[in-house]
Amino acid sequence: MQKDDVPQDEALFDGMSEVCYAVDESGRYVLAESAGWEPANIANMQAWEVIHADIAKVQARVRAGELSPLAYHMVRHQMDAKLLAGYAGLFGWQVKRHMRPGPFAKLSPAQLQRYATILKTGVEELCRIP
Amino acid sequence: MNLVFPHRQTAHCESGVIANLVTYHGFAMSEAMAFGIGGGLFFGYLPFIRINGLPLTTFRTTPGSIFNRVTRRLGIGVERNTFKDEGRAMAELDRQLALGVPVGMQTGVYWLPYFPPALRFHFNAHNLVAYGKSGSDYLISDPVLGEPVVCAAADLARARFAQGALAPKGKMYCITSVPERLDLAPAIRQGIREVCRFMLSIPFPLVGTRGIRYLANQVERWPARLGDRRAILYLGNLIRMQEEIGTGGGGFRFIFAAFLQEAAQVLADRRFFDLSQRMTAVGDLWREFAVAGARHCKGRSGQGENFGDLARILRRCADKEHALFVDLAALVR
Repeated sequence: MQKDDVPQDEALFDGMSEVCYAVDESGRYVLAESAGWEPANIANMQAWEVIHADIAKVQARVRAGELSPLAYHMVRHQMDAKLLAGYAGLFGWQVKRHMRPGPFAKLSPAQLQRYATILKTGVEELCRIP
Repeated sequence: MNLVFPHRQTAHCESGVIANLVTYHGFAMSEAMAFGIGGGLFFGYLPFIRINGLPLTTFRTTPGSIFNRVTRRLGIGVERNTFKDEGRAMAELDRQLALGVPVGMQTGVYWLPYFPPALRFHFNAHNLVAYGKSGSDYLISDPVLGEPVVCAAADLARARFAQGALAPKGKMYCITSVPERLDLAPAIRQGIREVCRFMLSIPFPLVGTRGIRYLANQVERWPARLGDRRAILYLGNLIRMQEEIGTGGGGFRFIFAAFLQEAAQVLADRRFFDLSQRMTAVGDLWREFAVAGARHCKGRSGQGENFGDLARILRRCADKEHALFVDLAALVR
């Protein structure tokens, strides 16, 4: 990559820039600042669209009473049951069970608090969806 | 008392952390040099490892191995630890910092509060250095950022014990001794030899230049096998792995090219400089792939442009890299 070709497309990192390697006029490698690159931005935005679509889907299913609010807070943090189980020190099937409204309603306050801490929210917020 | 740490922003976190740590210990080293000696360049398409349900493509070696190789090849003494217990991991960090030793750590990026929100995914092979404390907060030199930052203890602890693929398990490492003289030349040769071996002669179809061809065949079949929507998701993910996560494929090729230039100087051999230029051309070709792929994701691809064309770019990457590494291997044999 030539130094003049270092992309300066607006990026998604709040004005932060990244450094990359490019060659100057004499063919020597130099470090150059890049504000961002459109193809990388497109790929990044696509990843976020998928995440937001997942969140909306789960939100609708929680509203419909098919899933517990835990499922919503889980996908909001881009987690699946296995990953959340890792943080909670549980088995995946246990978390999956807690994603159903019935078993979720029977969770002890201590277990709710545990999930709430992991998901960076309060117990009250954990039990409902926005 | 906090030490003064020579923070430099780098293109890749692990090689950046090593270069900064070695520089702190009195031997000025560039990121590219660390990346090259550590044999950082790689290619692997590993569909059996899923991140967010999408196959993993990697353009560099496994996390931690660059550090291990650089220190081993240069005779630098290190201390490495992983932990089961969060409390003990943070206590050990505090102990080292109290001794005035900057500490490298592997972390996840999702829980790092200073990380740009757009990049906060559950990605666990990030590296950073803690070099001091301010109250209960840690002073962090994160090589992807322009300036050092401050991070609360609870957030750092969480990042060190992130769960999921490549979980860091509190991994920390510090340099304990640096030899009087660092002999770069043999280490450079070893690094190059290793990269050539990885790229050319591992008898496994998913890695090296063989892996790039395998990926090309897969890409070609994605639309038929996955349907248009999933194919686009896979493609977008591939581009993200290539261009975003730790600078990615194009970026790594450029870092390695920069390393070859430095190698040409250290070894006083002009031929490495010529190979550096060829490596640059390969990096440009990877970027071309990203541009064409992103156009697909946006639904802006031109007439008749399809996944077959993308596969053809990948095959050209594979051909060029193969020829390049064969020539490079001949120089360090």
